[in-house]
Amino acid sequence: MNISLLIIIVFLVLSITLGLLAKRGKDMSMEQWAIGGRGFGGIFIFLLLAGETYSVFTLLGTSGLAFNNGAAAFYLLAFTALGTITSYWILPPIWKYAKEKNIVSQSQFFSVKYNSKGLGVFVALIGVVALIPYITILFKSMGILVATTSYGAISPTVAIWIGMFALLAYVMASGIHGSAWTSVVKDILIFFVILFLGIYLPIHYHGSFHGLFQAVKEVKPEALTLPSKGMSVSWFVSTVAISAFAYFMWPHNAPTIYASKSAKSFRLNAVLLPLYAIMVLFIYFVGFTAIVELPGLKNGDFALLELSMKTFNPWFVGIIGATGLLATLVPGSMMLMSAATMITTNVIEPLKPTISEKSKSLTAKGFVVLLSLVCAFFSMSGSETLATLYLTSFSLITQMAPSLYLSLRKTNTVNKFGAGFGMFTGVAIVIYVTFSKTTMAQLFPSLPSVIQDLNIGIIALFTNIILMFVISLATRKSHSFQTNTAPTE
Amino acid sequence: MKPYYLLAVLPFIAILGGAAFVNKVEPYVLGLPFFLFWIILWSVLCSIIMFTIYQLDPLNKGSEED
Repeated sequence: MNISLLIIIVFLVLSITLGLLAKRGKDMSMEQWAIGGRGFGGIFIFLLLAGETYSVFTLLGTSGLAFNNGAAAFYLLAFTALGTITSYWILPPIWKYAKEKNIVSQSQFFSVKYNSKGLGVFVALIGVVALIPYITILFKSMGILVATTSYGAISPTVAIWIGMFALLAYVMASGIHGSAWTSVVKDILIFFVILFLGIYLPIHYHGSFHGLFQAVKEVKPEALTLPSKGMSVSWFVSTVAISAFAYFMWPHNAPTIYASKSAKSFRLNAVLLPLYAIMVLFIYFVGFTAIVELPGLKNGDFALLELSMKTFNPWFVGIIGATGLLATLVPGSMMLMSAATMITTNVIEPLKPTISEKSKSLTAKGFVVLLSLVCAFFSMSGSETLATLYLTSFSLITQMAPSLYLSLRKTNTVNKFGAGFGMFTGVAIVIYVTFSKTTMAQLFPSLPSVIQDLNIGIIALFTNIILMFVISLATRKSHSFQTNTAPTE
Repeated sequence: MKPYYLLAVLPFIAILGGAAFVNKVEPYVLGLPFFLFWIILWSVLCSIIMFTIYQLDPLNKGSEED
């Protein structure tokens, strides 16, 4: 065994131990466990929300996209900056409503807001479906991390299994509360690793950032701007738009939002988060350095690790690998736990209200294992890059945005039927296009490339919005008939 | 709806509407290709704009909890 792998394993054992220690002696109510009793202050909310944004995808997927597709990767920074400022208007009313109604999960929010258990079930399922590609990213990254840092001794498939068991062990040991400390360590590590790599690598190889881009211009000039076809300007604009509106739609963000003490912290976050997003710039530098230094590399998702192994001592590669590991475990556990919570409280419980606390917790754990197996399967069978999976997950989750945004208004023109059918259609379009590997160019060969290049998520979103309004209007009449006998407001 | 909230529309116009016009390498600014510089610039401006709105908005005065 080499030193890099050893360091990664030490961090894994440490984080599982920390999780076990954190859990001991704590017996918490659902509200305590999931959202810390709604007592988190502004800075802590900032750290949590900022931290949730940075997973192992930031390290491997972002540098990979910059390596493979150059300027297309800039979409990540652009949507983060735009997405985070929506925090000012979107999050305070969400938080306030959740506080009034004692809401702890996203699907519960929908089910209470639209007064429909059915919609709650539905949102829980969509949330889980949207998390699948995201969790698949995490397993795939684990595979890449372990396979690369073992210098080929462990195959990617075995590495994915190891990664899956590591994540399961971590989730079972710690729960959400145990993640808090590991999360702090992860945020500090990822911050310094990104800054160090992004500053050291370009200067070491090219003297300055300007020198780096001059060198990229020599070997791959097309990497510095968007191409005229494919990931073109219209791809960029549509992708930034859907991702920005999807920014706070993730089921695993919801508990963090509800955990806040006041609405003011969300408005302050809108000031701070765009600055924090600039960290991604330094990951671009790593990807661009790899374009020049690793001309033979086929898959960009290996770029950061391969370049690090070429440049640094194995022990430092181990630190980078350990950072990647923590950046997998923390968000991974949050995603698995929030998916399991939504399924048990908003799908299983309404179907079988007599279920005991014990079998509820058992169901949740069984569901975590099942979901992990599905994602492990996808991460072994698919050849998609990390960035492709990331794009799919955002196209899916953004389908929740219209009915959530509109439900925050004083009078909501959308009803549960419109919200449900709209979301269903949007999600169905994205899933169909993803699995059949259809492109807009195949569907509409005669249209100009400006339209062909659009992100499929935005087509699905428009269909979703239109259906949402049409069905809400169509079902409103019969609905008001039924309620006519009830006293009017 | 307060009129200064409209300031927050500017970054959307600059990034979504501006992409077609700034998708170029030159001029380099701070060593960065122009397209990348534009996005960094607007990330910083996002923060400055939101700070301005935060300061102007009476919601953030005092310590009320909503």
